[in-house]
Amino acid sequence: MRPRSTWHPWAMLGPTLALLAVFFALPIGVAAYESLFSWDMLTPPRYVGTANYEALAAHGELLRIALRTLGYSVLVVAGTMTLGLGLALLLDRPGRLFAFVRASVFSAYVVSWVAVALLWMWILDGNAGPIAGFMRSLGLAPVSFLGDPGWALPTLAVVGVWKLTGYAMIVFLAGLQGVPRSLLEAAALDGAGPWARFRHVTLPLLAPTASFVATTSLVTSFQAFDVVRIMTQGGPARATELFVYAIYEQIFLNLSVGRASALTVVFFVLLLAVAGLQLRVWRARAGVSR
Amino acid sequence: MRESRSRYVAVLALACVAAAAWLLPYAWMVLTSFKTLPEIVAHPTAPLPEHVDPGAYREVFATLPVARYMGITVFMAAAIALLQIALALPAGYALAKLRFVGRGFAFGTVLACLLVPAQATFVPVFLLFAKVHVVNTMTALVLPFAASALGTFLVRQALVSVPDEMIEAARMDGAGELTIVYRVLAPMLKPTLVSLFLVSFVFHYNDYFWPLVMTTDDHVRTLPLGVALLREQGTGVRWHIVMAGNVVLSLPVLTLFAIAQKHLVRAVSART
Repeated sequence: MRPRSTWHPWAMLGPTLALLAVFFALPIGVAAYESLFSWDMLTPPRYVGTANYEALAAHGELLRIALRTLGYSVLVVAGTMTLGLGLALLLDRPGRLFAFVRASVFSAYVVSWVAVALLWMWILDGNAGPIAGFMRSLGLAPVSFLGDPGWALPTLAVVGVWKLTGYAMIVFLAGLQGVPRSLLEAAALDGAGPWARFRHVTLPLLAPTASFVATTSLVTSFQAFDVVRIMTQGGPARATELFVYAIYEQIFLNLSVGRASALTVVFFVLLLAVAGLQLRVWRARAGVSR
Repeated sequence: MRESRSRYVAVLALACVAAAAWLLPYAWMVLTSFKTLPEIVAHPTAPLPEHVDPGAYREVFATLPVARYMGITVFMAAAIALLQIALALPAGYALAKLRFVGRGFAFGTVLACLLVPAQATFVPVFLLFAKVHVVNTMTALVLPFAASALGTFLVRQALVSVPDEMIEAARMDGAGELTIVYRVLAPMLKPTLVSLFLVSFVFHYNDYFWPLVMTTDDHVRTLPLGVALLREQGTGVRWHIVMAGNVVLSLPVLTLFAIAQKHLVRAVSART
């Protein structure tokens, strides 16, 4: 439709575009600029070229942060997708009981990360927590889930899976509505058992949903921060220092704006790679459903 | 394709295991909040409190200004959600219905911003806010989220399917563009807008990250920050108090979830 006046569209878009530019588009450019300076927010900034990037890359620290973040994300995505799909298939049944179980699983997605992280800290606590209590009563030595560098990251991933499985389940349930009953019944008449029906009818039809869940969960878990800040503060021995926490540490604990900005730039580039994938999947999905 | 009886029993059993895996931690959280600390340490595996003790809640309300934090949090989340809807409606209308030079560029900008999370912008935004002295204000919490790329996108998608004749008829009747957006189109988009409001409200009510990096004092502290502080302060962790704080923090969202479950589920599964 023709706008009544040429300036109308821009007046309507103005506030949105201005706010998005100031708070989402321009900050990336500012970070790239700041990353070339050494600045502690107290003394004047000093131009250092790419020294911030070199310092971060030295001793493989940057690579370790990236791989750790990727490792956490892969664990969370694999866990939520497996459990989410399993639960969707299990709970895609009529009746109040199944509706109640669906709501229970999804409720963890709705409550704050703060509540979830604190709850699991207590459950995993070596002294007062129930898991340690059960292990002691069975005569086992309690594992220090958050204090052992080998256990800490997988433990955070388990908490992430508990929190996010509801999301995957809900999206898979929506996807299952697109699998025609008649197709499954036809397969059953042809003698296909439950596994064969799942493998050859349901699964192929769920493929777009699965890639949607995979990419959105990957982006979400790549940005994980709350769970680290509350449960481990990046420890023990940096075993859980994920990307966003590393940025937070650089600016608020080390007061190093340059390093924080350099990390932000690298984080954004990695995120762009993952999110570019997400947008493609999303567009394909929007194209199918409309 | 009816399920056999034994299979149905297996399904029921598995469903109960799933319910237990997600509900038992909550249940235990609530029960622990009614215990005393010596009891928790002495019997970590005993589910039920020896006697119901509301002391932990008294302690939470004594250490934290719960009402003030809750007020700040609800105000912030509601302000963000309402501003997002108010701004997304005209922007979505322009992108969906008006033909003008630069529309592709504007839509592209919105889509590009979908890819940028607050976690990638907080360093420059914090520096900007520090320079103009708005750190520790409600502005720092609300303004960056007043425009939502996702909200604009969803409103635009919903408006594409509204017939042009509807808008032309309203124009004939002499309605101004803003009247068309807020009075004619907004009511038609009610399901989308309700979902948008709920998702945004719940997200920002729960948010820990942004209030943490944008506040350094108590001035506009939100409830999630306050509850997280319950664990950090004092010597030794007093789990009954932390769990009571958790209950106070989670109860409003879980209540909202119970009331508006359909909307939230639909919004999350992107079936608007």
